[in-house]
Amino acid sequence: MSNFPKDQEFLLPASNLFIALSLVAALLLNWLPWQGIWLALRPDFVALVLLYWCTHKPYRLGIGIAWGVGIFADVANASVFGQHALAYTVLAFGGVVLYRRVQMFDLRQQTLQIFPIMLLTYVTYAVVHWQLHGYIAWSYFIGCLTSTALWIPLTLLLQTLRHPRSDPDRL
Amino acid sequence: MDHTNSFRFFNRGPSPAVRLAFFTSLSLLLMFVDARYQYLESARSVISLLTYPFQRLAATPGDMWQATDDFLTLHNNLIRDNNLLRRQRTADAGQLQQVQMLKTENDHLRQLLAVQQRVSYPSQLAEIAYVERDIFKRRLYLDKGAQANVQAGQVVMDDTGVVGQITRVYPWVSEVTLISDKDHAVPVQSLRNGLRTVVFGSGDTTELALRYVPNSADIKAGDVLVTSGIDGIYPSGLPVAKVEHIEHDPAYPFARIRCSPVAGVDKYRQLLILSGIPKLPEQPDTTQDVSADKVPKGKRKKP
Repeated sequence: MSNFPKDQEFLLPASNLFIALSLVAALLLNWLPWQGIWLALRPDFVALVLLYWCTHKPYRLGIGIAWGVGIFADVANASVFGQHALAYTVLAFGGVVLYRRVQMFDLRQQTLQIFPIMLLTYVTYAVVHWQLHGYIAWSYFIGCLTSTALWIPLTLLLQTLRHPRSDPDRL
Repeated sequence: MDHTNSFRFFNRGPSPAVRLAFFTSLSLLLMFVDARYQYLESARSVISLLTYPFQRLAATPGDMWQATDDFLTLHNNLIRDNNLLRRQRTADAGQLQQVQMLKTENDHLRQLLAVQQRVSYPSQLAEIAYVERDIFKRRLYLDKGAQANVQAGQVVMDDTGVVGQITRVYPWVSEVTLISDKDHAVPVQSLRNGLRTVVFGSGDTTELALRYVPNSADIKAGDVLVTSGIDGIYPSGLPVAKVEHIEHDPAYPFARIRCSPVAGVDKYRQLLILSGIPKLPEQPDTTQDVSADKVPKGKRKKP
């Protein structure tokens, strides 16, 4: 397979600190003062980072941690307790179950693989809201597309950060 | 992918499906408890203490942008604004003095008629800390909370009219539900003829709606709606909305009326919190008497 070199890259083992920092950074990005059309276009950074770790380190970060992060998101967004938590639980489950399959593909194909997981997460959140409040804001689903589109840049970024600092080949 | 963690032969606790089931049911349980009862508010405040610093941190780029923008305001603009404000102040001063006189006169007349005195409401200034990042809701957060004696139910307004109502109070911030929120209703009356009705949010910042107004009601485009103060939540006489468009459809018993909010619901950074919710006499017990149908309308729905 042509996309094997990815697996032969040597990456630093991800430390817990690095995982935690990436999650905090994602939460901060989500909490920036997005407004109007930008709010609709905002990708869910937390979902992306969770999905990255669930598909790359499924034994380190799983459904439990995703749920905990969801609770924080619930408090910060003043949504009903458990709304984000439920959505992220579904997301993490998708990531953990499909991680072997996702890693088989190259980045472009991965995007197609993670789109259904993202969509499922967004649908979960919207359905809960619909059950509680009785209406759905359709523009919310635009965020699903932008999130999926951000998968490649985000994966590249996190992979780069996990590279060893000094490269012996390059002086 | 590195293989440091890949070789484990033994069981790693429950399978993903079991975990999914566990955390899903836990979330559903939490949602049920949170939506139905108010038990979790204290847990929410405690967790908010952890998230608050991060939320402030996330708001800093916006604040810095604002500060830079303020700093770079042109000299000309400042002079122009200053002149404008000074002129306006002179114009207002005359009216204000008359208002003072009218107020004492009104108090006096009310005293003569033995009607309860109108109370004036002390207010405190608060700044918008951050806006809602949830596309479904119209909320914002002010930088004053329980520490500054803010209470849930207080009214928030800017210099032109009602903006919303405080719905949740955290130690340092408080959450404001805007009048344009879909779940929000304000009891109002028309300034022109005193017609009482309720104005509802529509989920859009520029639009409000009057529902359940009969086709025959006397209401015109351009009417100003002020709070009626009937339910004891909003003080009376604060401007809320202006009627924009009326559509009479004979197929429906009610007219379809669109309004626009008077206050800049999404414009300003400084807002006033009115403290001192008007105290009304206790509502009579209507469960005994079936004929009593004067239930105060427009009670806010639970968010």
